[in-house]
Amino acid sequence: MTLRHMRRLAIRLQCGGQLVLVLLDKRGKNRRHNNGEQGLANGSSSEAFVEFERVQKSYDGEKLVVKDLNLSLPKGEFLTMLGPSGSGKTTCLMMLAGFETATHGEIRLDGKSINNIPPHKRGIGMVFQNYALFPHMTVGENLSFPLEVRKLGKSEREKKITRALDMVQMGDFKNRRPTQLSGGQQQRIALARALVFEPELVLMDEPLGALDKQLRETLQFEITDLAHRLGITVVYVTHDQTEALTMSDRVAVFDDGRIQQLAPPDELYEKPQNSFVAQFIGENNTLEGVVEKIDGRSCLVRLDDGELIDALPVNVQEVGQRTRVSIRPERVESNLERLHPDAHTLPATVEEFIYMGDTFRTRLKVAGRDDFIMKTRNAPDQPRLKPGEQIRIGWLAEDCRALDA
Amino acid sequence: MTDSATTPPRQPMAALPGGEVTEDGPMLAADGKPLKHSLNRALRREKLRAFLLVSPLLIFILVAFVAPIADMLFRSVENQIVSETLPRTVVALREDQNLPEAAPGEPVYEALYTDLFIAAEYKSHTRLGSRLNYEMTGLSSLFRGTGRDVGRFDTDIYTDQFIEAAPALEDPVAWSNWMAQDEIRAALPFTADAWDAWTTLTVEANEDDPLEEDVEDFVYTALYRDLANGAAPANFPDVDVSTFETVSIKALFEDSDEDWVDPEVWQVIKTYSPAYTDGYFLNSVDMMNGPGGDAEWRPADEQIYLKLFWRTMWMSLAITFSCILLGYPIAYLLSTLPLRSANVLMILVLLPFWTSLLVRTSAWKVLLQQQGVINDTLVWIGLVSDTNRLALINNATGTVIAMTHILLPFMILPLYSVMKTIPPSYMRAAKSMGANDWTAFWRVWFPLSVPGIGAGSILAFILSIGYYITPEIVGGTEGVFISNRIAYHISSSLNWGLAAALGSILLALVLTLYWVYDRIVGIDNVKLGG
Repeated sequence: MTLRHMRRLAIRLQCGGQLVLVLLDKRGKNRRHNNGEQGLANGSSSEAFVEFERVQKSYDGEKLVVKDLNLSLPKGEFLTMLGPSGSGKTTCLMMLAGFETATHGEIRLDGKSINNIPPHKRGIGMVFQNYALFPHMTVGENLSFPLEVRKLGKSEREKKITRALDMVQMGDFKNRRPTQLSGGQQQRIALARALVFEPELVLMDEPLGALDKQLRETLQFEITDLAHRLGITVVYVTHDQTEALTMSDRVAVFDDGRIQQLAPPDELYEKPQNSFVAQFIGENNTLEGVVEKIDGRSCLVRLDDGELIDALPVNVQEVGQRTRVSIRPERVESNLERLHPDAHTLPATVEEFIYMGDTFRTRLKVAGRDDFIMKTRNAPDQPRLKPGEQIRIGWLAEDCRALDA
Repeated sequence: MTDSATTPPRQPMAALPGGEVTEDGPMLAADGKPLKHSLNRALRREKLRAFLLVSPLLIFILVAFVAPIADMLFRSVENQIVSETLPRTVVALREDQNLPEAAPGEPVYEALYTDLFIAAEYKSHTRLGSRLNYEMTGLSSLFRGTGRDVGRFDTDIYTDQFIEAAPALEDPVAWSNWMAQDEIRAALPFTADAWDAWTTLTVEANEDDPLEEDVEDFVYTALYRDLANGAAPANFPDVDVSTFETVSIKALFEDSDEDWVDPEVWQVIKTYSPAYTDGYFLNSVDMMNGPGGDAEWRPADEQIYLKLFWRTMWMSLAITFSCILLGYPIAYLLSTLPLRSANVLMILVLLPFWTSLLVRTSAWKVLLQQQGVINDTLVWIGLVSDTNRLALINNATGTVIAMTHILLPFMILPLYSVMKTIPPSYMRAAKSMGANDWTAFWRVWFPLSVPGIGAGSILAFILSIGYYITPEIVGGTEGVFISNRIAYHISSSLNWGLAAALGSILLALVLTLYWVYDRIVGIDNVKLGG
């Protein structure tokens, strides 16, 4: 099982109870489904459903909000655009939806350029953060709206509305007004409304942003489940990395108008391509230094306080280059016997030891920084460290990634 | 969750002092008193504080707004002037059988003589004349003329004959003594009444001592009436009046003005003698109390108010509608523009508020008149021939144009504040579902902006229905509102009662429309902001 699925499971377990077995089952199916398309997702764009090609966007003619965006996703993929606010992710979504025009480049949907097609002719479903349910219409009328616009007959409309509402378990709420519903219910209706006219592509702009944690987690599952069941392509925008990791087939990490890394969640977490991604996704320890020796699969980095460490060269090429190395807290090892005999180790001082039940979280002072975190499993042989204790730590070279400075 | 399943069913608790629940009875506080009581006591200070905070404004509003309006509206039914000025006449009229076919009998004229004599001294008869003139033209001059004559009526023959028969009757001190005796007063009711009126009058109006003045003729006239009726009080000079030379008071009034024997004049006085009247209201809807006492339409050439009300209504509607027409696109633009540009535009919208209303209206006069800017331009372009210049002012068109301009901000502001609350994502959502711009606007944006239209319309309509200055300046005769008529009655004709009645009807009209609006649209749907 990949990390992504472990995380998903962990969240299900938090949600509690009997649902987990069912979820596991569904997850398993989805997993197979995903595996089938994995090659496509990472591979050629010949069967791309949505394509961005050299897309740029500027609002004021001085600054580019989106710089040279290239992205292609196959049919049925759940792609998340993740990034801090102002990173350009929502702009990309709006360009895809047609509410913003690209200043340069081409956006293609199913092989056809849609740059000059107005939003209402694109046939793209959309879910908004504030739900955007029309308050003067009942739930049924809200769902009926896209069907009426498409001039569908009454009986057909009724059939589709009922089906869409049942899909989100809101069949009983057809005659309610949106204001009479809770946030979670409203978002379910918004989802149903985006799906009722059976679009092949659905865009979601931080749809769960306004909901509380527990509801968010339930809906995360429902959305992914629905998306995979219906086989629709989803482009999902969020700034919540947990959401991105648990829901997506692939995640595009945005920063400064560029995609910093586009990868499946496990790869994103375990193999960040640059220090922004490493920092942004999950917890991360950073140490700074200069490349001392480099030979293909590994390198030596001399930290600023003089210590030497092993690292995997990711985007450093030559000796003397400054680098920022990144180690996940759970990959830091204090039991040196588990390491390679000639691995380099570092002295560390225990600053704080936090008991978290299943794990221990130890804050260490390493190489002059006192925010170095080590996460260890609560195992019988695992020592409980005391503040002030002097230990040595190390790691496997491939877990420590030497990234851009 | 499973909470409800695991919690044991609630047991009814016993009545515990200081507990929370009693089995059947009010909730008790810790000291055993009802919780409601304690709560009220705790909140009393808060309430008092809140009341003290609002009380200055409350008092101001009561004194400066509610009280004057109530007083003014009360004038629309108030009619004490007749019964206050002619109290005896009103009583005598009630007993008279001659009306409405013929002029009333002698007793009414005798009462009128006393009343009018006193009123003339107080100079209140002219006010009464003006009041009654609203109901029948000519009564003002009738009262004024006879008021002058009444002091010179030939009733001094009674005075002379009485003094000749009993010289003691000339002495005011003796009079004062007699009039202090209850038996005499009871035997001579008219005399006692006249004496009281005369002494009061002497003191109040002339600031003299009644004991040093000559007793007035009307007191002797009253004495003659009493004695002629057969009164013979003890301790009073015994005078035989059967041999007296007499004079008909009615004839004296007829001599002064023959209108006094016109039954119609008396019918008007009788109709308006009660303290409250519906006359002003009937007048407001072009009706009046006919000779038989029933309401009837005024002659066609005197009908004006219904037409004015109707004109006020439709012109206000026209103004409101043109405000919607002009204001809606502006408000839409304002609400969709970025904040910076919206603020600049908003200043332009608010600019008229910073200019004097009079200046703006006068500017319209310059623009709209026949030799004005607009006509000149149209003639210059060739759209209108020089001989056929458009009449844009001093008629309904002028009023509608100028009022639309003046009330436009009152439409735009509520519209804008409502539209501002419509999230742009609604339109996006509609478009993403396949609606084109027009459908998205018509099915989504427009219904959501209706509360703004409602609020703006109510505001503009209510403001325009009571507008005064602009119609006065640009309305001519064809474009004036009911409010201009009200102002006329307040400041020129001084018929405040009619003005109050017209105002009351206007107020009732607005409230009714408001109520109808509430029933149809729902006042909860009206938003002025937020």
